Amino acid sequence: MIPKSFTAATSEAGVAEIRRMIARHKTWDWLFGLLGTLALLFATLVFAALFGQMLINGVPHLSWEFFTSFPSRRAASAGILSAWVGTVLVMLVTAIVAVPLGIGAGIYLEEYARKNLLTDIIEINVTNLAGVPSIIYGLLALGLFVYQFGLGQSIAAAGLTLALLILPVVIVATREAIRAIPQNVREGAYACGASKWQVVSHHIIPYSLPGIMTGVIIGLARAIGETAPIITIGALTFIAFLPPSPFSSPDHLLSFEWLLAPFTVMPIQMFNWLSRPEEAFQANAAAAGLVLVVMTLSMNAIAIWIRYHFRKKIKW
Amino acid sequence: MSSIFPLKHAGRALPAMPARPWQASPAQRIRRRLAERAIETMLLLAALVAVFTTAAIVAMLVWESVVFFRSVPLLDFLTDTQWTPLFDDAHFGILALLSGTLTTTIVALMVAVPLGTILAIYLSEFAPFRVREVAKPFLELLGGIPTIVYGYFALFFVTPLLQRIYPELPGFNMLSAGLVMGIMIIPYVSSLSEDAMRAVPMSMREASYAMGATRLQTALFVVTPAALSGLASSYILGISRAVGETMVVAIAAGMQPNFTFNPAEPAATITAYIVQVALGDLPHGSIGYQTIFAAGLTLLLITLLFNIIGHVLRKRFREAY
Amino acid sequence: MNTQTTPSTKPGTELKAQAKALNFYYGDFQALKNIDFPVEKNEVTALIGPSGCGKSTFLRCFNRMHDLYPNMRYEGEILLYPDGVNIVDRHVDPIEVRMRISMVFQKPNPFPKSIYENVAYGLRVRGVRNRSLIDEKVEEALRAAALWGEVRDRLDDLAFNLSGGQQQRLCIARALATDPEILLFDEPTSALDPIATAKIEELVSELKEKVTILIVTHNMQQAARVSAYTAFMYIGELIEFDDTKRIFTNPSSKLTEEYITGRFG
Repeated sequence: MIPKSFTAATSEAGVAEIRRMIARHKTWDWLFGLLGTLALLFATLVFAALFGQMLINGVPHLSWEFFTSFPSRRAASAGILSAWVGTVLVMLVTAIVAVPLGIGAGIYLEEYARKNLLTDIIEINVTNLAGVPSIIYGLLALGLFVYQFGLGQSIAAAGLTLALLILPVVIVATREAIRAIPQNVREGAYACGASKWQVVSHHIIPYSLPGIMTGVIIGLARAIGETAPIITIGALTFIAFLPPSPFSSPDHLLSFEWLLAPFTVMPIQMFNWLSRPEEAFQANAAAAGLVLVVMTLSMNAIAIWIRYHFRKKIKW
Repeated sequence: MSSIFPLKHAGRALPAMPARPWQASPAQRIRRRLAERAIETMLLLAALVAVFTTAAIVAMLVWESVVFFRSVPLLDFLTDTQWTPLFDDAHFGILALLSGTLTTTIVALMVAVPLGTILAIYLSEFAPFRVREVAKPFLELLGGIPTIVYGYFALFFVTPLLQRIYPELPGFNMLSAGLVMGIMIIPYVSSLSEDAMRAVPMSMREASYAMGATRLQTALFVVTPAALSGLASSYILGISRAVGETMVVAIAAGMQPNFTFNPAEPAATITAYIVQVALGDLPHGSIGYQTIFAAGLTLLLITLLFNIIGHVLRKRFREAY
Repeated sequence: MNTQTTPSTKPGTELKAQAKALNFYYGDFQALKNIDFPVEKNEVTALIGPSGCGKSTFLRCFNRMHDLYPNMRYEGEILLYPDGVNIVDRHVDPIEVRMRISMVFQKPNPFPKSIYENVAYGLRVRGVRNRSLIDEKVEEALRAAALWGEVRDRLDDLAFNLSGGQQQRLCIARALATDPEILLFDEPTSALDPIATAKIEELVSELKEKVTILIVTHNMQQAARVSAYTAFMYIGELIEFDDTKRIFTNPSSKLTEEYITGRFG
């Protein structure tokens, strides 16, 4: 490959050889660029196939009735009313639990935690939890929430399970967003006489909010699609009724009966349909999958947009 | 703490400076200090939830498994090749589930490792800025699709496609599940690998270019070796993801335990078995109920092992730069 | 090395603060060694010395900035007059110290908030809700920082849209809005261009009418231009403290002379 000596390079033949070698190297460069493009193309094709498959099978089934009907034994009239209402309610519980806990934990670890054993233990646990398979959370919830706490197969049990599942996502996002805030902003606030909580609430939280929101949305998008832990807690799949309305209480107070109601969610409904032998139900599964994908993708897209938008806006 | 403010503030030479009307009273100061303490305690409690969760997971799995191992000898659990806990002739050989987990994971890695690495090198070293700006969020979106949708895709698209090439392939098979699982974890592997390569300092690349190296030579001989432990950690964490993945295998590989390493056969993984049991109606406290915790404990230990290795590698990599 | 006796200001002047036998440690490392140092009221005192000599560390003792980081320890006293409280005492709340002594940093560090909110921040921290009082104070501070004319019509703009020099004057306004007794400047012009630097220097000279100023600078000409007293520090020790003119014309320590004449640092 390399010419025998440098003097060779000065000879005409040597120069020609070097040029040939460079050309050869450039060809390899070009080939790898092609390989990378092909890999991207492959990913795009897979996505197109996945989306197209569901589109072809599911779109004919998408109608207003699909969203307003309960599941049914007849495929054609079955809908996702109880599923999407269930998903919304479960997500509500998940968000209410996971968002304050996750942000609080993130703030603690970044702003308050001293370097000691306790902090190390917390950090190891957060990292570790992020890698625990989702089905394990299902087993935890089955033993703890369903039986120990006696919540049964309820919206509360599912919401808590998914909250624990996305907690590491929210914590990590919060920490990363906080870490991006330069130290001199903190010092500026402290120098004005601010207390720790004033620094956190006036500066750290507002400035890291876009990053935190990104993490929260990505976490919730993940929770919406999670199937395994919900199946594991034994959620029913055929639910042809809605949970009691929070406004159903006779004494004009918000009722929390719905928290303990049985439920189904989008991915469970989809799983139920796609595991039915009748082909007609598979179209329902495709339609439900389409709704699910659109929901999660748009949430992820919003998260990505927030990140790009705010990254441009604040330049430290 | 006593107040450090002079009780009667000395008058200023200049009339433009009035006395400060905002000095806190001692009572206000004590209240503020208590509030600060209370807030810190609450934040600490939030952080401790992570510790409680881990403790609860371990306690729950170990507790039920201990009961399980009272009726099933550990040796049988680890060496028997049949897993039929609900039959009259019950066998509890976790190997029958591990074989499924191992096979699907290997198939997945054969997809995810090469493609993930190529994408990482391409995006980090080759792709023009515009391509990267589009490709990265796109890959992220791919990673955000629910696993059950990938399961549907495996069962109703990939399996029929494979059956056209290989007609004897059964409707449920580990090959299709593994392939789709591999596609699913490509974004995971590629983004972690790319992060690792991005962290290699620019000066190393410049040194290589200055010697007359091309992009590919720089990428392969300088950047990749420097990012090696980061790449390795992305593969290891990818393995952990594949081992713990549930819905794709439960849907596309079937849920029957089958001691085989042939990807063309149907088989259950550990996760698929748990799903199968949960779908049924097992009474709380029965041996069948306990099996899923024993299986879960096995799964947790495997993923924990890979996660630890992955994080050690990542940490080592991060320390290097 | 400390050849002279306890440093002092001119007789008959009033002291605003005084460090007495101050030691400061980062973990086991002693960053400040037995410093005695007077701060005259309504004057500018400059701290000079080569990088790493401890001048910023010393400055940051005055508003207890070090308390933000673990593993540090003060020994000795910094007395704040007229009441004579020791502000580095462990029992003194650093927040209260910072409410009396504010600081301007090396790099302009406005908050990503509006110009108005940046200046009003110290008042908000103190729980002031009276809008007209805040308005008044914000204007007063911006005028004092010679920024009012440039920003009066865009008080709601994001502070990040200002130029570097304007941002630094905004930070000065922020520090001034709460009527501090001492204003600390930590190399306030090191990130600025010469024109912005000149403006800040002019401002520092004017501000001493209202507030006692302590300024760390890497630039000896700057010390000579703005300060009445100058202290030369070297490896954590105060080598010489004197009238600025004397320090620059006739220093008593050989080390000071070598530094002033540019033989090191």
